[in-house]
Amino acid sequence: MTSRKPILFRLMAPHIAPAILALVAAAALVPIANLAFPPDHALHVPTGTVVLVGKWLTYALLAVALDLVWGYCGILSLGHGAFFALGGYAMGMHLMREIGPRGVYGHPVLPDFMVFLDWEALPVAWWGFDVFAYAAFMALFVPGALAFVFGWLAFRSRVTGVYLSIITQAGTYALMLAFFRNELGFGGNNGLTDFKDVLGFSLQADTTRAALFALSALALAGGLLLAQAIVTSKFGLVLVAIRDAEARTRFLGWRVERFKLFVFVVSAMMAGLAGALYVPQVGIINPSEFSPANSIEAVIWVAVGGRGTLSGAALGAILVNWLESFLTGAYPEAWLFVLGFLFVVVTLFLPKGILGALRSLRGRRRAADPGKAPEKSPAGATQAAE
Amino acid sequence: MAHLARTSIRLTRSVLVALTLALVLLAAPLVSTPVSAQQASTQDVETILAGFTRGQFPATLAAVDALAASGHPHAAPILQALSDRRLVFETASRRVLWQEGGQTFDALTGEPVAAPGPTTDVRVSNAVRRAVQTAMASLTLRAPNPATRIEAAVSILRARDLSQRAALAEARAEETDPNVQRAFDDTLAGLALVDPDAPEAERLAAVERLTARADAGARALLLSVPADATDAVKAAAAEGIAAIDRRLEIQGHVQNLFFGLSLGSVLLLAAIGLAITFGVMGVINMAHGEMVMIGAYATFVVQELMRAFAPGLLDLSLLVALPLAFATAGLVGIALERLVIRHLYGRPLETLLATWGVSLILQQAVRTLFGPTNREVMNPSFMSGSLELFGIALTWSRVWIIVFALAVFLALLVAMKATSFGLRMRAVVQNRRMAASMGIRTPWVDALTFGLGSGIAGVAGVALSQIDNVSPNLGQSYIIDSFLVVVFGGVGSLWGALVAALSLGVANKLVEPLAGAVLAKIVILVAVILFIQKRPRGLFALKGRAVES
Amino acid sequence: MTSAATAPAPVAPAARTTDALLYLDAVSVSFDGFKALNSLSLVLEPGEMRAIIGPNGAGKTTMMDVITGKTRPDTGTVLLDGVHDLTRLDEAAIAELGIGRKFQKPTVFEMVSVEENIVLALAGPRGVRASLFHRRTPQEARRIEEVLEIVRLGDRRDALAGALSHGQKQWLEIGMLLAQDPTLLLVDEPVAGMTDAETELTADLLRRINVDHTVVVVEHDMSFVRALGVKVSVLHEGSVLAEGSLDQVSAEKRVIEVYLGR
Repeated sequence: MTSRKPILFRLMAPHIAPAILALVAAAALVPIANLAFPPDHALHVPTGTVVLVGKWLTYALLAVALDLVWGYCGILSLGHGAFFALGGYAMGMHLMREIGPRGVYGHPVLPDFMVFLDWEALPVAWWGFDVFAYAAFMALFVPGALAFVFGWLAFRSRVTGVYLSIITQAGTYALMLAFFRNELGFGGNNGLTDFKDVLGFSLQADTTRAALFALSALALAGGLLLAQAIVTSKFGLVLVAIRDAEARTRFLGWRVERFKLFVFVVSAMMAGLAGALYVPQVGIINPSEFSPANSIEAVIWVAVGGRGTLSGAALGAILVNWLESFLTGAYPEAWLFVLGFLFVVVTLFLPKGILGALRSLRGRRRAADPGKAPEKSPAGATQAAE
Repeated sequence: MAHLARTSIRLTRSVLVALTLALVLLAAPLVSTPVSAQQASTQDVETILAGFTRGQFPATLAAVDALAASGHPHAAPILQALSDRRLVFETASRRVLWQEGGQTFDALTGEPVAAPGPTTDVRVSNAVRRAVQTAMASLTLRAPNPATRIEAAVSILRARDLSQRAALAEARAEETDPNVQRAFDDTLAGLALVDPDAPEAERLAAVERLTARADAGARALLLSVPADATDAVKAAAAEGIAAIDRRLEIQGHVQNLFFGLSLGSVLLLAAIGLAITFGVMGVINMAHGEMVMIGAYATFVVQELMRAFAPGLLDLSLLVALPLAFATAGLVGIALERLVIRHLYGRPLETLLATWGVSLILQQAVRTLFGPTNREVMNPSFMSGSLELFGIALTWSRVWIIVFALAVFLALLVAMKATSFGLRMRAVVQNRRMAASMGIRTPWVDALTFGLGSGIAGVAGVALSQIDNVSPNLGQSYIIDSFLVVVFGGVGSLWGALVAALSLGVANKLVEPLAGAVLAKIVILVAVILFIQKRPRGLFALKGRAVES
Repeated sequence: MTSAATAPAPVAPAARTTDALLYLDAVSVSFDGFKALNSLSLVLEPGEMRAIIGPNGAGKTTMMDVITGKTRPDTGTVLLDGVHDLTRLDEAAIAELGIGRKFQKPTVFEMVSVEENIVLALAGPRGVRASLFHRRTPQEARRIEEVLEIVRLGDRRDALAGALSHGQKQWLEIGMLLAQDPTLLLVDEPVAGMTDAETELTADLLRRINVDHTVVVVEHDMSFVRALGVKVSVLHEGSVLAEGSLDQVSAEKRVIEVYLGR
């Protein structure tokens, strides 16, 4: 974890390298398997699967972003879904503009819902979103800016632990209420949908979907590399120090709030990127993406895979979502039970997650171990929250 | 909430109407005998009744007025029957009869008629119905029940029925009840104002009287000062309207304050159990909302059981539900503490996640048991209707919620400060090891404290079942607010929770008229988030080393 | 010591009011009515080692909190080098000015290795960018070796700090202070829970450190204070009751009263 080793060596740590290789391979091979082989061929991957897994990959990127702040810096954000959703909205706005006059009402500029609401002109917030590069920039900038403002206030005032978790949750809840309002100008209840194409490629086309899949895989690989570079630098060491003993870190002269702010903003932008890749694949973004339940579900992905492991977080996201899509198909009643038990079982019996447990089994003592209690008492709860 | 308020207003109104009608019907047969000043002879009444048999509306209308003025002892039931199309006459003999409860009565004598011949209905038009209404009002001006008399005066004023002026003045002269006198005077003043023949002095007095009454009705009357009125009257009326507006504005504020307090009480109820589990024990229980939900479902189950086995006592089902909801939620809480939370003490973030999982399980369990749709818990009679206070209508359900929230708060305060369990609980919280060495069984205290917090959440569920939909998602809608209340008030401070809940409630209702309900909620959320950043330990923060170590 | 952006500007550069390294005057702190510090005054010369003793609740830890910026005093002056107003700075800024603190309970970063603990403490740029792109210089590597050597943890360098014994954690923390290389060291009960042998070694260590650092030691253990053989300040109810050599102060009637009761 120290900066003694050269950067390439640090990035190719044993638990990261296979994940990166697998993702790059998937980005190259899955589109081929989908497009080049006929549907009845043994190696054919159906488009439905490509879209589903592509969606999971964006979730995995969100999980990596969350792991960066929670697993390494101890900031349990229950509002990361908001950054994801904001990135998604930025992309959704571009896709809405790209519909152009092909909407139901055929208005040359205004999206359908604005025509429906009798709006005369495009709201200022929508200006420029017809340019893809601007939308892509905003998908990173808006979550980053929100994270900056929120983090600047919160970390400077030393809001930590569960207090921070609670206000992040309240924050995403407030955003959800706001986005439900038509007056905000982002489609209200229905959100943004009925997209036609992106950069001129039809979103319904198999090639576009395969390309989006490949992009998502590469984005996840990039996110993993960036996060790994951060946590293996001296900066990452300071993050772990903050996680384990924030006050002590401060007495050593580290400006804790700046480190938190930086990693929080990076993480938010990563989540925004994930959201921007998610929207064209699922074809809709609406305010329920801001719902606190979504954010907290992302936390369980990280917990299942193993927090403080990065690749574990990605693995957890994919496993849990695979389980969800299987169960909601086979036993719809059971899914919430299973998800609930997953929360309980993982925190009680698998505090390091799958990857952490595997590492412990292999006797690797260098595993990050955030799940250790100094003292078992309810009063200690507030203490640990400090 | 708005929807609920509307429903309860509608309920209130229909209850009032039904009540008045019942009173009128009860009162009517007794009315005229004692007040016999202008009782007409049997001969006259027969003539009047004959008016109903002509089959022409003008004749019927004349008969209505005459009958009301006649003082005939059965005038009220006859008129009511006419309005309800129950008044008939024997086609052959032209004898007027009214039907009531499957029986037939002679309109002249009031005696039951055993076997009436073939009959013809007396036809009724809207004009006839209106006439009946007014006539009934004048009849009921002398009803024995004061409430009936007041209602009569009010309905005359509402109709601006100048024809009743004389009758009203007469009744006023004989009236002894001061409340009724006031109502009669109000109506007389209102009538004087709109009566084109009234002299200026009378009108000025009327304006003064209405200004003093100061409600929306008086304002409307003052607005309708006829164009022929003198300038003095008009000026006085304008001044009166301004005065009333000021008063109504203040009333609006008071009403908002009341709504705010009522919302604050709801927040307090939802948060108060959390003030124990989170505030005192430091346990982040995300399943707290589900404890509230369990309490609400317990209320529903109790209600259904009582409906099945003791329908007569249905009104008491809330009282029965209180201890049961406390016990059910408390036991679930104790189980949760023993099975999950105690393994996670000192790890607040893990506790948060595990209890979130529990909340999902509880929601799905209730969904599986009771179905995903809303279950209806009815309001008992003492929570229906509204309380009139200084011209402000306060619905009883809101009043009761405020009272109930404060009662729960006080009970909890007493339990914490004045019972031996409370003492042990505080001892364990302050110094676990010391408490243990004094022989306190700390694991039990933990479990029972958590049970207490959860049980109170269950009790809150009983109250919230009265104003919210009882559905598996009930708890979800309160959990964020509850945490904000506890954090805003200062963790560990019961008084903080009280002040925070009430001030958030009032603030919400004060912002609402400016920004609308959703925006108000967002504004309050953001304000609290900013406040917590400014003062992370809340309003009533404990200071010093005890907190930090 | 640090980048210009984070170095706090002296309050009044021209008007140096005292030669003392640390100057506390009339400092008061109260928590909910309880006076933790009551008009406390204390002056520390550069290069001095001072022992602070006093019964529980005398205000020793609160005094440390005030000096390191954890607690803001209600009233009073706290100056470092006669120019830096410590009451206006936060913990990180004060640490960067060169005040290091060792806590009563050993607080090391348990989830990282012994060596990484030293790296975290090592003097050097504290900025976000600097730490992101930081590469260890040969000087830094040498300094890490030195410190590990001094605190006798060279052979445990790759162990998780959480796996150390209690005494080793105390030393690691002292090692971190050394790595931080502060001008003023605040050491809170360094020998609590140590064996006699460890206590003696610790006294040695502190004396070695005092050669080029100013040190404040808060301690309960009288034999340890005696072994240090330095000027002593007795704190009681938030202010200084007596000052002088250990023999002097323990002869004072009021000190005896405070320690033994009336």
